[in-house]
Amino acid sequence: MIRTLPNSKAYLWGFKSYIILYFSFLFAPLLVTCILAFNDSQFPALPWKGFSLDWFTGSSSERVGIFHDQINLQSIWVSAQVAFFVTILSTAVGTCAAFLFEQENFRFKQALYFLMIAPLVIPGVILGISILVFSTSMGTFFEDSLKLDVGLFGPGFWLVVLGQFSFISTLVTLVVSARLKKFDRTLEEAAMNLGANRFEVIWHITLKFLKPSIISGAAVAFLMSFENFNTTLFLVGSETTLPINLYLQVRDGSTPVINAISFLLIVSTSAVALVNLYFSRRRA
Amino acid sequence: MKASRKHHFQWTLAFFLTPVVLWLFLLIVLPHIDLLFMSFRTKDDSGSMVWSFSNYMLFFKEPIYWLTFVRTVLYSILVTFLTFTIALPVAFYITKVSRPRYQVFLTMLLLLPFWVSELVRVYGWMILLRESGVINHFLMKTGLLDKPIEMLYNDVTMIMGLVYTSMLFMVVPLIGVLENLDDSLIEAAYDLGANMWTILFRIIIPHAVPGIVSGSIVVFMLTLGDYLTPNLMGGKNSLWFTEQIYNQFIASFNWNQGSAFGFLLLALSSLVIWAGLKLTNQKLSKVVK
Repeated sequence: MIRTLPNSKAYLWGFKSYIILYFSFLFAPLLVTCILAFNDSQFPALPWKGFSLDWFTGSSSERVGIFHDQINLQSIWVSAQVAFFVTILSTAVGTCAAFLFEQENFRFKQALYFLMIAPLVIPGVILGISILVFSTSMGTFFEDSLKLDVGLFGPGFWLVVLGQFSFISTLVTLVVSARLKKFDRTLEEAAMNLGANRFEVIWHITLKFLKPSIISGAAVAFLMSFENFNTTLFLVGSETTLPINLYLQVRDGSTPVINAISFLLIVSTSAVALVNLYFSRRRA
Repeated sequence: MKASRKHHFQWTLAFFLTPVVLWLFLLIVLPHIDLLFMSFRTKDDSGSMVWSFSNYMLFFKEPIYWLTFVRTVLYSILVTFLTFTIALPVAFYITKVSRPRYQVFLTMLLLLPFWVSELVRVYGWMILLRESGVINHFLMKTGLLDKPIEMLYNDVTMIMGLVYTSMLFMVVPLIGVLENLDDSLIEAAYDLGANMWTILFRIIIPHAVPGIVSGSIVVFMLTLGDYLTPNLMGGKNSLWFTEQIYNQFIASFNWNQGSAFGFLLLALSSLVIWAGLKLTNQKLSKVVK
């Protein structure tokens, strides 16, 4: 059954092959995508025609590698900007929310906590359409009653940022709260007895303690924002983010450029995830 | 002294409360109220907007809509169940059977694909499974097939894709609960002569209920609200309800109808989550941790 009990050979081998199968299932699509990025062929398919970096660095007319592909580079840049703003906003608000729910007491705290959790169980598509509908209503309202034409309310960059922020903040809140729970509040009392006010205590003591979890919350926020599709789909304007742009290309047929982008994404997100994991292990 | 301290506390409360309330009311509460209003508005014969139930009536009148809805729900339940059945042995192996020094490594390996965009993962399956794909290539090379078959664009592939996409959200909570399961319980049961199935159903699963519930809720919700995987891996006939919402919003530009569909989906997912919590006596705030 378990490692401390006698197990039959068949049981252990059966279990081991199951796990190997499971991991092959998990990694097969990613591995194949990466390998085919280097195939010297016009299509992301076998047979293997030799190693080539054309789909990364190529600039000939039939093979435009990712480093020369203006449309895809542009969408990577848009995604990076969106992710940057989402990270800043959701880390700030998520940290406030963690303090609010862990250290403050007020009426309707339970109800507000429930609301804060809600974005996690609302399907992303619904978040997308509700924010789209609401911002359009606001836009019409401002136009009709105040004669103001505010471009911000239409689908576009800032709406994407707000849409992703609406649920990523919940994730940051949960990450930061988990660490704030372990904080020894006698440290705060000690600092207060020594004459610090509440803001000084938070700035010099609590936030120092929270720093690792804030960094890892920010990393989660960045990755989540960079890869978000469902919510973004409804809010995106003319500046498409990378996942939307890739989706449009995959739907209408594909070239190995998509493999090259996928390869870069897999390598860089794994790197961010591993670094994040390394730091979270070290502090544990 | 006491009074001034209390005064400070009020200021910090306001400082923390304001952004959180702004976030939750402007981006969650008000948009959903607006969505609800929108779903009850429709154009009458003269073209002006009036209150009506017609958007909801249309859903029940047109079989294509409610059939897609029922299909989406049933498939989401199936996906949740399959994900659980596949993930439980994996979580059990990692926490209880494998050597402790492999545990961290295996858990890290499990988490890695989760960080990669869903689109990349689905794309990987597409180049594996399609007619000119890698699997067909190998089957032809080994002589198992004479001509390639299309393995994409059917319900089975779509279900597999959905299971794959949501797998990690089940494995992680299961590992969490199984780590806390005391080995000696299993040893005691074993010494008293219980067989594997008894141990599984009387000890492991009852202990794992909180993890099963939180994993299932997340997987169900993600599957129900998924757009990418059904859209790219499902066939012409395997419509997903989110695609109906998308069609109303983007293709037909009928936002009122789309809002009604969206609200139905939201109501259903909330209902299932609520029922799941009630049946197992859990609290949402506990489950999401």
